[in-house]
Amino acid sequence: MITINNVSHKIGANDILTNVTAEIPANGITAIVGPNGAGKSTLLNLIGRQTTLNDGDIQIDGSSLHSTSTDKLALKIALVAQDVGVASRIKIKELIAFGRWPHSKGRLNDFDKEIVEAAMERFDLVDLKDRFLDQLSGGQRQRAFIAMAFAQETDWLLLDEPLNNLDMFHARALMNELKLLAVENQKSIVMVIHDVNYAARWSDYCIGLDFGKIKFAGATQDVLTAKSVEQLFQVNVSVLGSPNGIILDHY
Amino acid sequence: MANARLFLLGAALILSSLFFLFWGLSGNTWFIFELRSKKLITLITVGGAVSVATILFQTISANRILTPAIMGFDALYILLQTLLVVVIGGANWALLPDSIVFLLTSAIMVGASLLLYQFLLQKDGRHLHVLILVGVIFGLLFRSLTSFIQRLIDPSEFAMIQSTMFASFGSVDENSLIISCIIFLLCTLLVFKYSTFLDVMALGKQMAVSLGVSYISFQRLTLVVISLLVCISTALVGPITFLGLLVSALTYKIAGSLEHKKLLIISFLLGALFLVIGQTIFERLLRLQSTLSIVIEFFGGMLFLYLVLRKRFK
Repeated sequence: MITINNVSHKIGANDILTNVTAEIPANGITAIVGPNGAGKSTLLNLIGRQTTLNDGDIQIDGSSLHSTSTDKLALKIALVAQDVGVASRIKIKELIAFGRWPHSKGRLNDFDKEIVEAAMERFDLVDLKDRFLDQLSGGQRQRAFIAMAFAQETDWLLLDEPLNNLDMFHARALMNELKLLAVENQKSIVMVIHDVNYAARWSDYCIGLDFGKIKFAGATQDVLTAKSVEQLFQVNVSVLGSPNGIILDHY
Repeated sequence: MANARLFLLGAALILSSLFFLFWGLSGNTWFIFELRSKKLITLITVGGAVSVATILFQTISANRILTPAIMGFDALYILLQTLLVVVIGGANWALLPDSIVFLLTSAIMVGASLLLYQFLLQKDGRHLHVLILVGVIFGLLFRSLTSFIQRLIDPSEFAMIQSTMFASFGSVDENSLIISCIIFLLCTLLVFKYSTFLDVMALGKQMAVSLGVSYISFQRLTLVVISLLVCISTALVGPITFLGLLVSALTYKIAGSLEHKKLLIISFLLGALFLVIGQTIFERLLRLQSTLSIVIEFFGGMLFLYLVLRKRFK
């Protein structure tokens, strides 16, 4: 469980998050939704310690971000990267091997190598392992990053808007993959999502954020309703039933 | 294959060094030999220091075009040295042994560069163009301040610092050389020890932090090492702007790997090789008709323009 306790964050003079308190349950997919500028990514970056936490406390399975060293936390929580800058000339197998870094500190033993192999097989990357990262398509690249985080063997995975730039097919494939990770491997996944319908369909738990404050948090089928979404995004929404759950029609 | 290249480079360096030492050794053999070996050590140390500093800087600033020299590190060193002359007075300065001056300037340099450059690198997502611009402005500012101060001071004091302004592989103070070698060895040993951390840092701050590397502290440590290496090379021979760029661009091509252990060794060998061969050619073949630094600046400058224009920023 991730416990967020009274977290506030400012950028310059602007309040991005004010007194956010929430609990994210382990196992399953948690979606953070909200309009642009609501502070979703900031919250995720604070949890993933990409942004320094100044005000309040966040605990990951009982370890506070303030008192736990960053290399210990790397064994608990992994960030699924969106893109890497410099090292786009990195081979897929090298990238995934970096996932083992928190365990091996650069010296891979046989066990590490097995896990890297297994991660490549699990995510269908064996044929691509000698390719460079910048020779892959967007969907393949995303799979490679997830495989890397998978090799890190953490209980928690964080994703910041993973569906950006993915078409319908690849977005679905990605969500399927994540769902499998949550169900088969008991991973706990936290992601920022723009499209509420993806959140409605795939997430188990949902947090609505607006102007740096929590509007709702709870099991998705309870909290993600036409009314809550209307309030959150200031648009008119009607609920369409479908055999697989609800669709929030805002078009 | 990368290992084979490494051995080839090493062999080439040893051969060219031997060639530099023994070619045309006649007359007052011992005297010439001593002079040459001192020069050879200078060339290798400087070549190595510039190259290693460049690779390190490119890793922590996440680009492959900028070098410490382009970002104004050398200019900062010269400015500090000029300021030192003004503050303690030319007469006192001349009395101080070169090695003390060197250590003093280096200490100030480490502090100043931490202050200036860490601030610059800390904001993540800094655009490369911004960094180039800031580097050019820093360099210009430091150089203008230097020449402004030099205009204010005594001509005799000016003559003392003039020699530090231009790259020259000629006369080098023996004590400074020994200190430089020691600092260089310590720096490279340290960098080698945490080379796997550099591998992770090359993936970018986001990934490095996620993988459990305390990015900011390693960035700071690396900046200290870079400043020391720049001090060594600038103090020994003066500023050489584009050597680092030439070497690093070649290193990435040759290494065929992102492992810093390999990158650092190859860049060291290449940098040393460049200077030793270059100096041999200029000293022996061309009879000092031109200077090595001018040729390095010319080709390095062309490469810089090529890299910028080709927009291979990643």
